Amino acid sequence: MSTSSLSGSVSGSLPSPAGSRIRHGLAPWARIAGLALCALLTLGPVIWTVSTSLRTPAESFDLPPEIIPTDPTVDAYRGVFDQIDVWLYALNSTLVTALIAVGQMVTAGLAGYAFARLEFRFKKPLFALVLATMMVPLQVTIVPVFLELKAMGLTDTLLGLIVPAFPTAFGTFLMRQYFLGMPKDLGEAAMIDGAGPWRVFRSVYAPLAAPGLAIVGVLAFNYHWNEFFRPLILETSTENLTLPLGLVSLQGNLGTGSISVVLAGVVLSMIPAVVVFVVGQRPLREGITSAGVNR
Amino acid sequence: MTNTEIRPVPPEPVPTRKTRMARDAGKASESAAATARTRGTRLLAVLFLAPTVVGIVVFTVVPIVGSVVLSLFQWDVIEDPRWAGAANYREILTDSTVLISFRNTLVFMVLAVALQLLIALVLAITVNGRMPTWLRSVFRSAFFFPLVLSAASISVVMKYLFNQDFGPVNWLLGTVGIPSVPWLTSENGAMAAVILAYVWQQFGFSFLLFVGGLNNIPKEVHEAASLDGASGLRKHLAITLPLLSPTLLVASVVGIINALQVFEQPYVLTAGGPGDSTRTVVMVIYETAFEQLRFGEASAVGVLLFVLIMAVTALQFRLSRRYVHYQ
Repeated sequence: MSTSSLSGSVSGSLPSPAGSRIRHGLAPWARIAGLALCALLTLGPVIWTVSTSLRTPAESFDLPPEIIPTDPTVDAYRGVFDQIDVWLYALNSTLVTALIAVGQMVTAGLAGYAFARLEFRFKKPLFALVLATMMVPLQVTIVPVFLELKAMGLTDTLLGLIVPAFPTAFGTFLMRQYFLGMPKDLGEAAMIDGAGPWRVFRSVYAPLAAPGLAIVGVLAFNYHWNEFFRPLILETSTENLTLPLGLVSLQGNLGTGSISVVLAGVVLSMIPAVVVFVVGQRPLREGITSAGVNR
Repeated sequence: MTNTEIRPVPPEPVPTRKTRMARDAGKASESAAATARTRGTRLLAVLFLAPTVVGIVVFTVVPIVGSVVLSLFQWDVIEDPRWAGAANYREILTDSTVLISFRNTLVFMVLAVALQLLIALVLAITVNGRMPTWLRSVFRSAFFFPLVLSAASISVVMKYLFNQDFGPVNWLLGTVGIPSVPWLTSENGAMAAVILAYVWQQFGFSFLLFVGGLNNIPKEVHEAASLDGASGLRKHLAITLPLLSPTLLVASVVGIINALQVFEQPYVLTAGGPGDSTRTVVMVIYETAFEQLRFGEASAVGVLLFVLIMAVTALQFRLSRRYVHYQ
């Protein structure tokens, strides 16, 4: 699959293939009304979460739910900061997510380039090995991984979350495709001018790789910001918790009484994901689509 | 290591170098530089690959082998591991909780993936119909938005939404005359809630795949079908679905692999209950290893799950030979 079809397949500006003269079973207004209803159902839980987090605890279970709170208050947000150390958990989450994203961009960029543009022995079997590990679910290997990290003294540290997430089989695959899509002549011209293999990578190809690296980075951010299973197993001290864990413990501590506080915490933890969704929607969509297509 | 040293030509063919050598034929100094370059290339390859290959070996390959080995031992980390042979497998295959978790996971997988694919397919076909571009973008963004949220925190929200007495879900159902459903307190209700919470978050993934797949179907195919008098549902069943079958295969394979690993939703929403009715295989791995410290048995369950995932995937690719049409 070439990079151009990678971006073309989900391009928004394309006219509909079922466009102009083709009749659909439903009238256009009925289709659009149906879609609007489905979109409302999809966003409903999120809208309810935001609006309930702005209500007073007494009103939080009002039915029918008022979309616009009658008496909006940010007390619940103050409550979150009182109940759990949001700043610390947010810092932990940011640190873990950012380092993993940068680490994956580096490892996938380098390995993807090697598989695409460098010649060396055992290239095919090594690439096959990388591809094969895409099929292995994390949950199946978690026990030995935990024991390895324990032996290295990395359990209950943020480093234990970060380092094992650096290698990315999918990111390597994606970057290989990306480099394969670049014209070979560029590197050859530079080599005739006397550039060595490192210079060819550094000055010719690496600067062109930014859009591919953005996909790797955005996908890594989205996945690891929301990650729950590994932190749940690895992090036991309160000071090492990440946001999703902190929120689940917040809910456990409070029971059903202060629902707006819990929901305020959920809203706070969503903010970075929503920012990435808005700013990086295109690489995110391309990444998610190719994650499926290339499996 | 010096890069200027002249070495004999390596035995294996190196294409980029060959082309260059043809161009520079006869120039000894150029050839020496080229040899140095080949060595530099190899060194660079080793450096570039090391982080990924070492990482994958340490954190994936070794743990796979480790899982199989561990599954043959009894170990609680405190005392030394004891050889158990097949005893762990005998034990888990007669353990009612483990067996129920496999049944739950399979039931969950079939229903969740079917629902996810159906919703995604209908929405993708509908979104691809005629409408202003900006509206299409709005719908597309809305449908894939849940995908960027955390499954754990969304499950916290879902716990409130599915509350039998105060939850908006039952209120909404009540407005169309459906009596209150005991979502989290009955066995079937809990499974349904876990499935709905999961599908709500995941259908956007299949939706994006289908939108991409539909965009790849040539316009002429639809036009020809319309000229022949096919319309609406019939056109989609006879034309769209077969042309979309490669995408359907990918979406169902990935959907099934993901569904077999479901954890966050049942863990947060129902804690596996009531009883064991929503306990999944990954929950059992987690509890056996990290709550009961039975690492051998947990590894055996993990190995069985891996075998199950491989078997289901292989079966799908076998069946696909008959049902998938590549253009």
